[in-house]
Amino acid sequence: MIVAGGPVIPNFGSGSSCEVNNGWFCTDWVRQHWSDTLQPALLQHVELAAIAIGVGFVIAFALALVGFRFRLVDPPIGIVSDFLYTIPSLALFQILVPFTGISLLTVEIALVSYTLLILYRNMIEGLRAVPEDVVDAARGSGFTRAQTFRRVELPLALPAILTGLRVATVSTISIATIAPFVIAKGLGQPIYAALSQDIFKTEIFTAGGMVIALALVADGLLVLLQRRLTPWVRA
Amino acid sequence: MKTFINAFRFMADNPHLLLAKTGEHLELSGAALGIALVLALPIGLWLGHLHRGLFVAASVSNVGRALPSLVLIAFGLTILGVGFWNNTAALVVLAIPPILTNAYFAIDTVDRDAVEAARGMGMTGRQVLLQVELPLGLPFVLAGIRIAAIFVIATATIAAVAGGGGLGQIIVNQASYGLSGVVAASLWVSALAFLAAFILSVIRRAASPRPVPLP
Repeated sequence: MIVAGGPVIPNFGSGSSCEVNNGWFCTDWVRQHWSDTLQPALLQHVELAAIAIGVGFVIAFALALVGFRFRLVDPPIGIVSDFLYTIPSLALFQILVPFTGISLLTVEIALVSYTLLILYRNMIEGLRAVPEDVVDAARGSGFTRAQTFRRVELPLALPAILTGLRVATVSTISIATIAPFVIAKGLGQPIYAALSQDIFKTEIFTAGGMVIALALVADGLLVLLQRRLTPWVRA
Repeated sequence: MKTFINAFRFMADNPHLLLAKTGEHLELSGAALGIALVLALPIGLWLGHLHRGLFVAASVSNVGRALPSLVLIAFGLTILGVGFWNNTAALVVLAIPPILTNAYFAIDTVDRDAVEAARGMGMTGRQVLLQVELPLGLPFVLAGIRIAAIFVIATATIAAVAGGGGLGQIIVNQASYGLSGVVAASLWVSALAFLAAFILSVIRRAASPRPVPLP
């Protein structure tokens, strides 16, 4: 819990006067603690998010294949993924703890759950939006069902799938900030530490800024990927 | 499993605590959602009506998604200090993007023929927006409000680390309430989020325009 008032003395040994007075932004602190605090947290954050997005993408794709082929299972998959999406992240972590403990697995299960709705919806809607005429033409020219899927439906759905991937990536990077409520990993950790150490401003602004920057950079990289893979789409 | 049984026992033993925290939770979430609606809805609707500001609507939603809730809460705390308003401000910032973007696209994508017909009948811009575009776009507008409500309830939980009341206070305080209390509050706040999402889905369905049978 955070207690207001009182002298602000961050727990960072003998700091500069800026640190001792908890100034708005102490560049010397950032320089001193980049390699022992910020950089490891950044790498952990990337790892947390990358695992979740990778696993989430594979699961969502498998579900989308099933939901696309068998329309009957689409509504239940949609309802379950919407259900998972609605659970507040902090609550989902704690509900999982009795099952999977204080572990990376707990965090990843929660992060993966939040990617499913976005990825699945975009995949299904992308696949559904493929014009029937195009599919008929492919089938008529002798493509098998699998070939039609791989060479016609999937490429045409790719823009929607990649848009879903962008949204899922940015929101996963954002939600991964909550991970320190379970395990001490990611950029949420320095923020959490600063909140409990008399709200040390520099650390909050730096780590917070880094999360936002990471999300924007990841989004930018995916835009480049999008231009590369689907050059026919003018964004 | 035992934890879950204990969690339900905790709920049965502490109904007053949970209800009081739910009240605080709803107060914080409701205030934030209300302020965000007042700020974002008119702008989104009006920009959509003018078919202008696509860049604004799209960037607000992109940047909004990149703002992590813990970071917003921490920024709010740093800038505004401990209190009700630091968390409210953070939640408002979080709720604006889905409301604004959905309102924009809801109105922007309304069938142009319907709008032209309304104009042809002599409706003013304001009348077109309120009597034609808004009713037709309402389901999509409500979908945005639903997402904002889910975000706000989830983040109000995290606000507990910044002195916010609500159910998050139990969740982040395992030392006092034990794991069963933490799980109980987690289940409780999830139920609250489901309830809010469900109510908004029902409203959205009721607001969906139904085809009128031709005479």
